[in-house]
Amino acid sequence: MAASIAPVAIDNERQSAIAVEHLWAGYGNENVLEDVNLHVYPLDFIGIIGPNGGGKTTLIKVLLGLLPPTRGDVTVMGEPVETGRRHIGYVPQVVEFDHDFPISVWDVARMGRLGQRGLLRRYTSEDNALVAEALRRVDMLDLRQRTIGELSGGQRQRVYIARALATHPSILLLDEPTSSVDPRVSTSIYELLRELNERVTILLVSHDMGAVSSYVKSVGCLNRHLFYHGGDHLTPEMVELAYQCPVDLVAHGVPHRVFAEHALDAIQRYRDEEPRP
Amino acid sequence: MIAALLEALQFTFMRHALLAGLLVSVACGLIGTFVVVKRIVFISGGIAHAAYGGIGLGYYFKYMILPVLFAGSAAARDPRPGYWPLLGAVVFSLLAAAIMGWIQRRTRQRADTIIGVLWAIGMAVGIILVDLTKGYKVDLMSYLFGSILAVERTELLAIAGLDVLVIALVALFYKELLAVSFDETFATVENVPVGAIYGLLLAMIALTVVMLMRVVGLILVIAMLTIPPAIAGRLVKGIVPMMIVSALLGVLFTFTGLWLSYAWNLTSGASIILVAGAGYLLSLISWRRLRPAPNA
Repeated sequence: MAASIAPVAIDNERQSAIAVEHLWAGYGNENVLEDVNLHVYPLDFIGIIGPNGGGKTTLIKVLLGLLPPTRGDVTVMGEPVETGRRHIGYVPQVVEFDHDFPISVWDVARMGRLGQRGLLRRYTSEDNALVAEALRRVDMLDLRQRTIGELSGGQRQRVYIARALATHPSILLLDEPTSSVDPRVSTSIYELLRELNERVTILLVSHDMGAVSSYVKSVGCLNRHLFYHGGDHLTPEMVELAYQCPVDLVAHGVPHRVFAEHALDAIQRYRDEEPRP
Repeated sequence: MIAALLEALQFTFMRHALLAGLLVSVACGLIGTFVVVKRIVFISGGIAHAAYGGIGLGYYFKYMILPVLFAGSAAARDPRPGYWPLLGAVVFSLLAAAIMGWIQRRTRQRADTIIGVLWAIGMAVGIILVDLTKGYKVDLMSYLFGSILAVERTELLAIAGLDVLVIALVALFYKELLAVSFDETFATVENVPVGAIYGLLLAMIALTVVMLMRVVGLILVIAMLTIPPAIAGRLVKGIVPMMIVSALLGVLFTFTGLWLSYAWNLTSGASIILVAGAGYLLSLISWRRLRPAPNA
């Protein structure tokens, strides 16, 4: 059903961590994503912003193999998503969880080892060491006996990041990592991600364009179409294209990055290069 | 009172009843904990009521089909229903669990409506099949409200067998059951067979429901599956401690309820549930008193 219309492009210089080629995806007859192209290279730190309903979560579902694309090709570390997803550490939206669930921080983080163990196998001491290391990395090892209901929003987010790290990923994929925390905690989470980015590739989606644009290395806008040119500048035009209405960009953190003039040329170039289906 | 207790224990039916209560409480503690934390009480109720169709099928098969197919055989001549209703209930509840689980995963909308419809159809099928069964008139009330005082030796063995099966399955697939209960999406990404594990959970609910049906009856099954874990969830943290405390509470409730029903000649199933319900209310009150509101 998911017939490929284009061969997987091979980048001779660098192997893409994630390669999305002419991706169309949606639910039923409704397209949520149209002709999305995205190459994520090792140690990229990409933030994709967009309005609610713009397809951010759909893109994540496709990358995780939870939603088959209607058209196009997606590979993770050169493999189809169903096997390639083992290289991805996925951090879902915190709001999706039942915080009354009686589960400890340790048991949540250890779920990151499920993929390595398989059915009828117990967790090994190696698993426990990796889980402890992941929790230490996000400063949550001391609270490992707590249940998730006893944590603050920011602490919970750190636990889910630790769970993703416990999978020993090449790529971290985060869905709205700061949607339920206050700005101060949000800053500390982005600081953590920036540190983690020294070793892992990070792709995150968010509607919080201010925070995203001041921490990531490159930004894109997603609203059915993806506007991404690999640059670190978010231009008013990109945002307008994505949100379909004029948006005032509020500088946050590093203002000059947000308003750089030459990005206009970049997006114009990107649009000229945009392949026609 | 002690003398009266010892007197009661001299009756085989009382010893059987206590043993049945013990066995059922263990399975309830394990499975009920998942039902409560995964919030699938409604689908469990659906499976329980659909199982009633299996009771009817068991009676119909025993008295209408068996004598025709195997006329003269020992099973056909035996006037008692034997394990046929139990077998019918096992088959029907597993079938109901499979259909409901499949529907729930396939269609995100209206799943509760479809479960409600199957719930009703299952019960109606059971009643019609019992109507069609000539001769032996089954006391339907005993399946609706339980008949723990009438548990026979073969049934005890069947319940014990199902108990061992449930314990073994939970122990074997614990980490997957936990992952699927907590976060299905992440479990899928980690290549856990989420559909199969969820199906296994529903199948274990079905088996537990059949066991419970004999003890507290269909209508009260949901209470026995949910009340002990709900109280346990307030007392202890973590899935495994919740299971253990739920099982102990289940034993406490069935034993106390049985004693009350014996002392005052009350319906046993309803007595057990009232004791459990009283325990739940008590836990709410004492919990409030022990832990003041965060802002107080």
